[in-house]
Amino acid sequence: MKLIIKGGRVIDPANGTDKKLDILVENGKVVKKSSNIDLNGEKVIDAANLIVTPGFIDMHTHLREPGREDKETIASGTRSAARGGFTTICCMPNTQPPVDSIAGVKFILVTAAQEGIINVFPVGCITKGREGKELAEIGKMNNAGIVGISDDGSPVMNAQIMRHALEYTKMFDIPVLAHCEDLNLSAGGVMNEGFMSTVLGLKGIPRQAEETMVSRDIELTELTGGKIHIQHITTLNSVEIIRQAKRKKIKVSCETCPQYFSLSDEAVRGYNTSAKVNPPLRTDKDIKAIKKGIADGTIDCIASDHAPHTDVEKAQEFDAAPFGTIGLETMFPLIMTNLVDKKVLTLSRAIAKITINPARVLGLNKGTLSKGADADIAIINPKPVSTVTGDFVSLSKNSPFIGMKLKGSIVATIAGGKVVMQDGR
Amino acid sequence: MELKSKDLLGLEYLSRKEIQLILDTTIPFKNLFTRSVKKVPPLRGKTVVILFYEPSTRTRASFELAAKRLNADTLNITVSSSSVVKGESLIDTGKTLEAMKADFVVIRHGMAGAAHLLARTVKASVINAGDGSHEHPTQGLLDMFTMREKFGSISGLKVAIVGDILHSRVARSNIWGLNKMGAKVYVVGPSTLIPKFIEDLNVTVCYNLKEIIGELDVVNILRIQKERTVESLFPSLHEYHKIFGVTEEMLGKSKKSLLIMHPGPMNRGIEISSVVADSERSVITEQVTNGIAVRMSILYLLGGKASEINY
Repeated sequence: MKLIIKGGRVIDPANGTDKKLDILVENGKVVKKSSNIDLNGEKVIDAANLIVTPGFIDMHTHLREPGREDKETIASGTRSAARGGFTTICCMPNTQPPVDSIAGVKFILVTAAQEGIINVFPVGCITKGREGKELAEIGKMNNAGIVGISDDGSPVMNAQIMRHALEYTKMFDIPVLAHCEDLNLSAGGVMNEGFMSTVLGLKGIPRQAEETMVSRDIELTELTGGKIHIQHITTLNSVEIIRQAKRKKIKVSCETCPQYFSLSDEAVRGYNTSAKVNPPLRTDKDIKAIKKGIADGTIDCIASDHAPHTDVEKAQEFDAAPFGTIGLETMFPLIMTNLVDKKVLTLSRAIAKITINPARVLGLNKGTLSKGADADIAIINPKPVSTVTGDFVSLSKNSPFIGMKLKGSIVATIAGGKVVMQDGR
Repeated sequence: MELKSKDLLGLEYLSRKEIQLILDTTIPFKNLFTRSVKKVPPLRGKTVVILFYEPSTRTRASFELAAKRLNADTLNITVSSSSVVKGESLIDTGKTLEAMKADFVVIRHGMAGAAHLLARTVKASVINAGDGSHEHPTQGLLDMFTMREKFGSISGLKVAIVGDILHSRVARSNIWGLNKMGAKVYVVGPSTLIPKFIEDLNVTVCYNLKEIIGELDVVNILRIQKERTVESLFPSLHEYHKIFGVTEEMLGKSKKSLLIMHPGPMNRGIEISSVVADSERSVITEQVTNGIAVRMSILYLLGGKASEINY
């Protein structure tokens, strides 16, 4: 099966490419890139006036299967991802039951192969049952195909166990993906601690709940020589702590999410549960610092933290509603609108943060359009402005971005040489 | 002049003029109480549902009397907190009340924003009778009515709110209301119970009531919850009493005209001494009387909106 993507502006940050090229795809691989490839009866996608990039990689997705298939499934989540230009997603292990064994890993891989339409790489638990007490069988899960370990929203509070996790994973060269939150400082909290939480009478989560754990985990990384990736950072000081660590050559990488450079805790006003996320939305000064961290490279990756929840669960009292927003389908337009258009970074550098950078953190042989690479490709139109409606492919609709006018759309997504989404379908 | 919203969710959302209107409208209702027949007809045929998710005697009784004195029918629904967990959602309860054609829903709930959620769900006028640590607007209004009655005007008064500011919906409603009416507001309490950002609401933070007592016109004393010691917010009720308990000794340098207020129920001997609670400066029982009149005023003013409901 052959496919030619014709006449697009190819942006491939890993190779420093930014020019008009045709791409020939054959047997799921990129076989040729040239300024003009003659047609020979292949299927053609006309990419004139469009941008062609490596397919996006989301290193922080919640697929909810097994356990909460009413919120999302591997089938629906991969379709939602494809709608957003993603060809690879890494699913967090906080399912029911949690992915803390080889059985869980294999379930995801098999289901993704049968029902999914893009690449799915599982993340395994750090500890059994995500309880923070005993290490899960990380080696066996690694053999089965995990790309990292994380206890997700239940951070390992015991520093000794975290130390062992960082030491143990050195053998496998997989990162520990850390959700940094001191559970004692954040206990009962539902939004950022600040003026808004004071006015709304909601229990706040201080920024230090994140920052103290970012510091701890970096110290433990220095101690062990392990590989840490800090998930969804949100505060000015988190950016600064990681910046310093990188200067000291500690092996740390990090991500943020579109909600943390797009929204402040003002979005919670009126007890808007779609803006209830963990870590919580912070303040304008944090947004500024996050953007600076993105611009200067302190923040390596942008991830979605796609966290689907049903309408019924979100239509509760603010304290009772679960944390999380979906994000796969709004990711690129938010990056385009709030980062590229605002000159925080170039389109090429923005693409790097959702392609080659996460691939490098996770050790995936993906995220580029080099000759011979997997034909995982996104075709983008950066220009059209449209209003976000609730019409998502995801089974869940919990998004604080509904109603926003955003720029840029995904025209087609190609995973392993196969067109998995074109013109919204 | 009328109220802009169909609901009363908090004093944050009312203008100075609206607060003025509510307080002015309260006067004739209070005058009714000295008559042998205390009932007037404005809400005849209307249904007021009093939906309480937290235990309360005084606020519930006050709303019920206020509604009955306006000739409305009342329906009391108590939901124990244990049945919230397995019971129906607030939105479903709201839809049920709507199907019963309620005109008003008075809601007390342990979670901030519950009244907002209900107000978005139902056509009925929703009155917030306390939502978590957020607001308790009718308490704020009755406190202000009591102050205005005693001093003639709220503008220029110096009012201290003493106690657990962090968790207090009474404090927040008083702060919004008093600032809008031109009073100067102090908050006094243990530093663990005064949120750092409260100063941005235009209040002055103080950790020692004695330092400012000479300037004050009103001391509004909040109930202190014993459970806060479990959270290590302060060590013991005894220590709280020693430092923040309002006693005669504490009031030594105060103005003669100082008013002592408390939203109740009181912990005598903890946040307030019995002598102070029963002294001539105390208007605590008058607050209770005024509470009914203020709630009549609110039901009456929102009644105009309720009559526009198109079921």
